Amino acid sequence: MTVTTAPPPTASGAPKRSTAKSDPQKHGRLALMLLTPTFLVLAIVVVYPLIAALRESLYQKKSGLDENGFVIKGDTFVGVENYTNIFKGETATRFWNAFWNTTFFTVTTLALEILIGVSMALVMHHALRGKGLVRASILVPWAIPTVVSALMWQTIFQADGVANEVLHSQILWTTEGFHAKIAVIIADVWKTAPFVGLLVLAGLQVIPGDVYEAARVDGANAWKQFWRITLPLVKPALLVAILFRGLDALRMFDLPYVMIGQRKSSVETLSMLAQEQTTSQRFGPAAAYAVVLFIYVAIVAYAFVKLLGADVLGEARTRAKETKQRKLKAATA
Amino acid sequence: MTTVQMKAPGSRRWLLNIGIAIIVIYCLVPFYWMLVSAFRRPNDAGDNSPLPSPWSLDNFSSVFGPSIGFWRSLGNSVLVAGTTTILTLVIGTFAAYTLARLDFRGKNLVAGIIIGTSMFPGVALIVPLFKLFIDIQWINTYQAMILPSLSFALPLAVWTLATFFRQMPKELEEAAMVDGLTRGQAFRQVILPLAAPGMFTTAIITFIAAWNEYIIALTMVNEKDMKTATVAISQFTGISGYDSPVGTKMAAGVIVTVPLVIAVLIFQRRIIAGLTAGGVK
Amino acid sequence: MTGKASVRGAVLLAVAAVVLAGCGDSGDSSGDSSGQSAALEGRGPIKFATGKDTSGNMQKLVDEWNGKHPKEKVEITELPEAADEQRNLMVQNAQAKSKEFSVLNLDVVWTAEFAANQWVVKLPQDQFDLDKFLEPAVNTAKYRDNLYAVPVYSDGGLLFYRKDLLTAAGVTDAPKTWDEMKEDCAKVQALPGNSGLGCYAGQFDKYEGLTCNFSEAVQSAGGSILDKSGKPTVDTQEAKDGLNFLVNGVKDKEIPAAAVTYKEEDGRRAFQDGQLIFHRNWPYVYAKAQATDGSSQVAGKFDIAPLPGKDGAGVSTLGGHNFAISAFAENKATALDFIKFFTSEEAERSNLLATSQAPTRTDLYDDADLLKQFPYLATLKESILTAVPRPQAVQYNDVTAAMQDAAYSAMNGQKSTDDALKDLQSKLEQLTKE
Repeated sequence: MTVTTAPPPTASGAPKRSTAKSDPQKHGRLALMLLTPTFLVLAIVVVYPLIAALRESLYQKKSGLDENGFVIKGDTFVGVENYTNIFKGETATRFWNAFWNTTFFTVTTLALEILIGVSMALVMHHALRGKGLVRASILVPWAIPTVVSALMWQTIFQADGVANEVLHSQILWTTEGFHAKIAVIIADVWKTAPFVGLLVLAGLQVIPGDVYEAARVDGANAWKQFWRITLPLVKPALLVAILFRGLDALRMFDLPYVMIGQRKSSVETLSMLAQEQTTSQRFGPAAAYAVVLFIYVAIVAYAFVKLLGADVLGEARTRAKETKQRKLKAATA
Repeated sequence: MTTVQMKAPGSRRWLLNIGIAIIVIYCLVPFYWMLVSAFRRPNDAGDNSPLPSPWSLDNFSSVFGPSIGFWRSLGNSVLVAGTTTILTLVIGTFAAYTLARLDFRGKNLVAGIIIGTSMFPGVALIVPLFKLFIDIQWINTYQAMILPSLSFALPLAVWTLATFFRQMPKELEEAAMVDGLTRGQAFRQVILPLAAPGMFTTAIITFIAAWNEYIIALTMVNEKDMKTATVAISQFTGISGYDSPVGTKMAAGVIVTVPLVIAVLIFQRRIIAGLTAGGVK
Repeated sequence: MTGKASVRGAVLLAVAAVVLAGCGDSGDSSGDSSGQSAALEGRGPIKFATGKDTSGNMQKLVDEWNGKHPKEKVEITELPEAADEQRNLMVQNAQAKSKEFSVLNLDVVWTAEFAANQWVVKLPQDQFDLDKFLEPAVNTAKYRDNLYAVPVYSDGGLLFYRKDLLTAAGVTDAPKTWDEMKEDCAKVQALPGNSGLGCYAGQFDKYEGLTCNFSEAVQSAGGSILDKSGKPTVDTQEAKDGLNFLVNGVKDKEIPAAAVTYKEEDGRRAFQDGQLIFHRNWPYVYAKAQATDGSSQVAGKFDIAPLPGKDGAGVSTLGGHNFAISAFAENKATALDFIKFFTSEEAERSNLLATSQAPTRTDLYDDADLLKQFPYLATLKESILTAVPRPQAVQYNDVTAAMQDAAYSAMNGQKSTDDALKDLQSKLEQLTKE
């Protein structure tokens, strides 16, 4: 898979080569040009459906049959009723249950994926032998198409499946209960820990060796090196991995749907609620669920970025400052 | 590949080997089960023995049965996933470089927008796009599958690439520009080779994400010749409407996974070598 | 100032463009009912949307048609294997008024929904000799007495039982009532080595199969889900008796604990592995359980019977598929003729021979040659003729969800039978109000 990158447009040759790096928007025009293709694509494939969904969420289908038995067509404008309905009565119980399930799945799968993924990356990074085998293995869970892997885990967890045979148990994994959650978590983590592992590994590979040399010369042991050097330097890659995996986990749909089944309160997620409305052609409420889920995801992402100090972009500015300071020191030395 | 090769003490090496063994087992045991299920006879599906008792190639021949056209579906998958990956990398690299290196007001907002667009549940994106594509007669075309795939591929790639670019010390680029290269040349000759592992990882991530994609391909395409492998797999049926052909689907899974892994491994060596060859150390 | 403002400006422009585009594409159609009772016109190539047929017979029939009508070729468009996904795709295309699909292969429970939403057109009843078809099957193709589809495949539930075990226990006939079945089980389990056998299992996981089994239980106890006028009648003693057959079966372990996770295939495997004495399933199990390649432990040891009921014969639920014409198709006349071709006697006979799926023409069940090849045909015909379809509601999705909730929670001990049925009654009343 060759990576082809065309050189940035010729305008880049122009005035941006000044040495003053403190002006925060000196690159404005260039940035705009380089960002336009991305924004264009995203506007079409995401912003347009998003706006359509927002509009849809303010309407409800007219209900009832006319005298011939045909469904009355058309929508009525209901404002925020679709949204308030989510939080009332029986729907509310189901909504909060799904909310809890979604959050639980996200937190647990993320924690496990980070643990397993980082361990994988470390082992792969330091290993001398068996590199090819490990690299191949790590791709496998992830390369298996989701439609197949969900089915495979379903057969593993069926009542007379391998899981029960290996564990010598008779757990009914697909019935309501905590075991259903465990089954979903196992299946999800298996498939996605390699994703985290791969990203972290790439992050590890960029760390120059002399940093470790210097640390070892200074007397730091392996554990200290890991905490003080490896982890901070790998943090950006790890955070991106966590962020995107988190976004995916919050929208989990396939696994509980295929493995456990529909409308089982132990594993029902918010995406499943939205999808159920869609199949019943209640597009207004479905869009409302989607928007609510979107808001939840956005809040989580924002909190995540703020909390873990993943000021991913700010670091560039800090580095620029450091560079300037170093140059100044060198110049005045 | 790694720049850190410490002389590991014996216990360390032993620990590492155990680690490798655990990783390999973790990844491959369920896949082994998939393999075994694929080699059973269709009527034996549900048997739990560790090896198939009569080995059978029935499932594999069903996958490649004439009416399914699986070769064509595989080709479609490669085309769609490959094009998505290439487009994503091309477009995304611009945006990633901008986020990583350039300074401008509203940078955080832009980054937020880019990641915000990937937060929308895929289920809700489908219907409006489907209606749009019917109107512009894009149903049963490749672009109808590629374009929506960019919705999840692009943000991921942009953020991942931005992270890797940012990790390159600015001094290298600055040194190159002081030496007379334009920003673009500095990028191509200095940054790219060093970020090669990151770019390759992004390419793999994008390719596999697009490869796994199901809903979009299912909705936008209904002609057999245009279907991707994931859609084709979902359409394997048993004799009646009730039996799900587990064996056939497992066989298809094996057929789809193994070449993919091999291809990625082969390309990885070549690409990394190619990119680092012309790099400025 | 330029950087941020320009970026913002660009984004706003894009958003504005999109919103304007969205405005143009507003809302749903006006109530357009043209083409409903008009003559079906238009000839030319058509696409036939259906779940896959591995027997290859569908393709053979299509090829035969294409040979005879080179200008009106039929192309099979395959849909995913799962019924839900098939329906979703067809509905999606109908909502977008897409011309892609012309002939739709509909499950019997979708007729009311597709008809009421005007996604399929009314068919001229006089052009089909409907009295030659199984009456219950024809009823599933009608909505408010108008014909919207033509029955092509049918299905009814059968009781599979271990003839060898019953004979060893001194039982000569298959049970006709639930009590008889329980007594027969006790006799079989009393024999040495049989104590671990499960008595009875059907399909009890939370999915459409549960709706089938639940409605069968209620019907076999003399009750009904909806009465003749479409009003819900689940809060009755008969319905309680029906649900209690299942609930108590789980409590008393006559229904094995694992059976609450069974779909069709799980139950079939359990029966084939010799773990069940009685098993309710669809006819497709017959051929698989008779396989002599070692995959079935019960080959030659079982037989089939009509379902037992509370006080007499049980009532099966009706399964099957009907073909309909999409309201947005262009070449409806071709579609109509193709459906006639596919439901002709020769075509149905070839289907039966190739797929062993139940045909919809009554004559085929009395054909001596076919009976020899498919011994269960006679029992199956009996089952289908007395079968009752699942509720024919426009919002079938919601109805079946409510039924599954009730049955699953009762069988898993989360709700008492009475509570479950009371809740179901109120939900169904809401859903059938319009």
